[in-house]
Amino acid sequence: MKQGVLGDLAVQFVMLSLVAFGGANAVVPEIHRVAVGLRHWTTDAEFARLFAIANAAPGPNVMISTLVGWKAAGIPGAIVATLAMCGPTCLLTYFISRGWERWRLTRLGAAIGAGLTPVTVGFVAASALVLARGADTSWRLAIVTLATALVAWRTKLNPLWCLAAAAGLGLAGALG
Amino acid sequence: MKMSESSKNGSPGPTALFWSFLTVGISGFGGVLPFARRMLVERRRWLDEAQFAETLALCQTLPGPNIVNVSIVIGGRFAGPLGALAAVSGLLGAPVALVLVFASLYGRWGEVGRAPAMLAGLGAAACGLVVATAVKMAIPLVRTRPASAAPFVALAFAAVGIVRLPLVWVVLALAPISIAVAWSRRA
Repeated sequence: MKQGVLGDLAVQFVMLSLVAFGGANAVVPEIHRVAVGLRHWTTDAEFARLFAIANAAPGPNVMISTLVGWKAAGIPGAIVATLAMCGPTCLLTYFISRGWERWRLTRLGAAIGAGLTPVTVGFVAASALVLARGADTSWRLAIVTLATALVAWRTKLNPLWCLAAAAGLGLAGALG
Repeated sequence: MKMSESSKNGSPGPTALFWSFLTVGISGFGGVLPFARRMLVERRRWLDEAQFAETLALCQTLPGPNIVNVSIVIGGRFAGPLGALAAVSGLLGAPVALVLVFASLYGRWGEVGRAPAMLAGLGAAACGLVVATAVKMAIPLVRTRPASAAPFVALAFAAVGIVRLPLVWVVLALAPISIAVAWSRRA
C-alpha cells in the first residue's frame, strides 16, 4: 500500500515538474489538482495550510511538494516527492545549460523565453485563485489576503512580517 | 580579504558552493531568489549582474523550480557534476529538514486550541503573497506587450485556475502559439 503511494508520488511529481515552467508557484494549481482532486491526499483547506507552512519555513517555494508528499506518505513520501520534483529537471538543466551560451542568442531561444512568460504568469495568477478558495473561508481572511497582497506589491517589507502579523491576528482570535 | 574562497577569478569548489547555497536556502522566506542574487553577485562576486540575469533567464525557460535550476547551473559551471550536486544539496537540505520539523509540529498540534485560527491567518497571508507575485509579474508584461502577451495570461489563468484543466494540456496547447506569436513579433 505504502509502496504504491510512494511510486504514485514519484510519478505524479516527475510529470508535473516537467511542465513546471515559471517555478514552483506556477505549478501550485497542478499540485492541488492532483493532491486534492484526484488522489485525496489532503483537503482544500489543509492544502492552503500546507502552503502557508511552506511559506513560513525558510527556503525555496518548492517545499509545498515536500509537504504534500509528507501528507501522502510521511517522511519517505516527503523525500520522494522532493526528489521527484527536482531530480529530473536538475539533470535536464545540467545538460542543457552546457549548450546554452550558443543557443541563448538565437532568435528561437529568445522567442521561447518571450512566449513562455505570459503562460506562466497566468499560472501564477491561477495559483492565487486556487489558494484563495482554500484559504479565504471568511471575509476577514479575504481581507488579510488582500492586505498582504497590497503590502507585498507596493512595499519592500520582508514578507515574513505579513505572515507573522496574520498568524498573530489568528492567534488572538481576531479572524474567527 | 574577508573570505579567502571568494576571490573574483578563482572558481569555487564543491565545498564553497555547498555552504554558500546553504546560507541562501535558509535566509529566504516565500522564495529565495533575491538572496541568491545577493550572494552570487554582491557578496561572492561569482557572477556579474548581466551573467546573473542570463542565468536566471535560462532557468526560467527550463522546467523545474527556478532557484533549484540556478544552483545546478552555477554549481555545474564552476565545479562540474559534483559542484552541481553540492550546490543543490546545500540549497535544499536544511530547508527540507526544517519544513519537516514544522510539519510534524503541525501534525501533532495543528488542531489544538488556537492553532487552526493561527494557520488560517497564515494561509490567507501566504495566498496574498502569491497574489502580489502575480500582479508584479503581470503588470509590466501586459503594459509592454498588450496584444501579444495579455491574451495568453488570461487564457492560462482561466484554463488552469477556473476550468481546472491539467497543466500539461494547457502548456501543450498555449505555449506553441504564444511562442509563435513572440517569434513573429520579433521578425
